Amino acid sequence: MDFALTEEHKMIRQMVRDFAMKEVYPTIKEWDRRQEMNPEILPRMAELGILGINIPVRYGGQGMDYISLALACEELERVDTTLRVIMSVHMGLNSMALFQWGTEEQKQRFLVPQARGEKYAAFCLTEPNAGSDVAALQATARREGDVYILNGEKMWISLATKAHHFLVIAKTDPHADPPHHGMTAFIVTSDMRGVKTGDIHGKLGVRAGSTGWVVMENVEVPLENRLGEEGEGFYIAMSALDNGRYTVAAGATGLIRACLEDSIKYCHERSTFGKPIAKHQLVQQKIAYMQQWYDAAFLLVMRAGWMKNAGLRNTRETSMAKWYATDMSVQAALEAVQIHGAYGFSDEYDVERYLRNSKGAVIYEGTSEIHQLMQAGYALGLREDRPLRCELPAYDPEYWQAEASEIAVGD
Amino acid sequence: MHIVVVTKATPDTGAKITVENGVPTWKEAMVINPWDEYSVTEAVVLKEEHKAKVTIMAVGPAEHDDALKQGLAIGCDEAIRVWDEALVGHDSLQYARALAAAIKKLGDVTLVIFGKEFADSGSNQHIYQTARLLGFQVLGSVSKLISLDFGAGTIKVERSVEQGKQTVSSKLPAVLGVLKDITEPRYPSFIGIRKAAKAQIPVWGLSDLGIEAGTPKATILSYSEPPKREGEVEFIEGESPREIAEKLAEKLLEEKVL
Ligand SMILES: Cc1cc2nc3c(=O)[nH]c(=O)nc-3n(C[C@H](O)[C@H](O)[C@H](O)COP(=O)(O)OP(=O)(O)OC[C@H]3O[C@@H](n4cnc5c(N)ncnc54)[C@H](O)[C@@H]3O)c2cc1C
Repeated sequence: MDFALTEEHKMIRQMVRDFAMKEVYPTIKEWDRRQEMNPEILPRMAELGILGINIPVRYGGQGMDYISLALACEELERVDTTLRVIMSVHMGLNSMALFQWGTEEQKQRFLVPQARGEKYAAFCLTEPNAGSDVAALQATARREGDVYILNGEKMWISLATKAHHFLVIAKTDPHADPPHHGMTAFIVTSDMRGVKTGDIHGKLGVRAGSTGWVVMENVEVPLENRLGEEGEGFYIAMSALDNGRYTVAAGATGLIRACLEDSIKYCHERSTFGKPIAKHQLVQQKIAYMQQWYDAAFLLVMRAGWMKNAGLRNTRETSMAKWYATDMSVQAALEAVQIHGAYGFSDEYDVERYLRNSKGAVIYEGTSEIHQLMQAGYALGLREDRPLRCELPAYDPEYWQAEASEIAVGD
Repeated sequence: MHIVVVTKATPDTGAKITVENGVPTWKEAMVINPWDEYSVTEAVVLKEEHKAKVTIMAVGPAEHDDALKQGLAIGCDEAIRVWDEALVGHDSLQYARALAAAIKKLGDVTLVIFGKEFADSGSNQHIYQTARLLGFQVLGSVSKLISLDFGAGTIKVERSVEQGKQTVSSKLPAVLGVLKDITEPRYPSFIGIRKAAKAQIPVWGLSDLGIEAGTPKATILSYSEPPKREGEVEFIEGESPREIAEKLAEKLLEEKVL
């Protein structure tokens, strides 16, 4: 057992923290109010290598481990949830799925530019009539020779209007029994004919980010863009969620920390009844709980990350981390607003944004209810994880960090 | 083409420093001297432009290693820490002697870059002392590097002085003290972080440098906290931003702030 972060981890955390604090924090309220994404963010995250943080160097990434990904997500969401959402979809749900399931040719074509940050990536599972009930999705993919014709509407898609590459789940066999055996995954690009996208406005939170819809009308997707085999789409989507949820959980610990840090600062500044509110025991209790939530959430995330590094299946542990960390981030944000009193109710302080942003994460990537069902399923022996055809590779620093040119011929 | 950039670790500018029994204490971590974020980045930019080698140096105990590692992570090639128990309580001249000896030991250095000053002590005399001991030309308050030609041994810079921007050309070797305008600080890169985390930083003692510590001419006797500042807050209100700005300007003139 070793609870220590390495020096590398600490430096990465500091670097991402500096970026988020110096370049995003000063204007985040403005962008949140405007309900627009600061156009400089994606290019800067690309330039700094954050968009390829845990992808091997040979695939255009930075070669760091899965723990580094979590630490980056925590620091990003410490400043604003929208920054972490980028990592969840671009890295967790899309790039890591390509790394896990893609052919060498697909990795070269799609993963390399994504890891370099030249292309942004998103994940399209949800539809107007299918969220938690994934098997109910209606998008179709009909094979015609060497192409698939895709039709359907994807909804609530993060980075809908920013992404170049979409990982789309559609039904190749709408009559399959059970239905999830009829799903297939495709890499659809925004420049394909028949792809239309738009953003949703009026969201409760993540207002400085892009969340939208992707409509596909007779989109011709070449066979080479099919990820995995026909009928593997459900498994690919679920394994992608093991990675997306990991980033969401890590981000939520950052949000809890944001609530805690801001509350600690405020309760030293604000006085009532002749003393700083930090001296009132009921306020102290809230601080103590926030610290407890942070510590527990962080440890759950680190366990999931440790398992990923070791190449162990972590669907249950990641689900637990995601459920706990996001639920507690909502609680922490509620308490942070409470500690700030009326000032917490206004956007003069950041805590109202934390509260609005926290609410999304208990809905996306498996609602809290879905995670409860999963946990109960595991505990009661009603659910077990079977090995996948392609597992997420364990972290091996030598493999991850070798330059493409250093790779021996025939490797 | 070998550039040395000099740094030290200082308390984070946001750190809450208190003085207890004459000793300053704070809880926050040490960071790279904020002025050196600029000088280190400039050194790395020059390295890329001129295919030069950059060595980052600090004089002091192990607490300065983090600043050196930060430099490696930003892109410096090597780090060296100069320290010897005999230097405890050193003054700036002893500091400069040790630093100059270490730079001489490297042998091929033609450009030494410092940040404007040390943010904690507010001192910059070590820049001039080091230059003098090395016999290098010194250019302080450099806001822009206009040209650098290692082959011809010349450098042209812009200095920010009271009279305005002064353009100066000089022969190498030279010592620069650089201001914030010199460049935009860079963050460490992931590859740099990997290198820095693995780095074992060599420590050069006085015997390695072949010098004696000497005795400090100046000695710090004690620290005490500055008197607490009493502030008053006044909200300036008005119908429009313009009105508020006008009232504020009037007030600032009245109080002789402007
Ligand atoms: C900001 C944001 C970003 C998103 N980004 C993406 C994205 O990038 N890609 C993507 O594909 N999707 C994305 N989504 C969609 C998200 O994954 C879905 O909203 C989520 O899966 C829930 O589906 P739903 O909204 O249709 O709710 P529903 O599935 O209709 O659920 C409604 C309610 O019923 C509950 N419920 C449902 N079934 C059960 C059950 N069996 N037992 C108990 N309770 C149940 C749910 O927990 C919930 O409370 C995003 C959503 C948001 C808000």
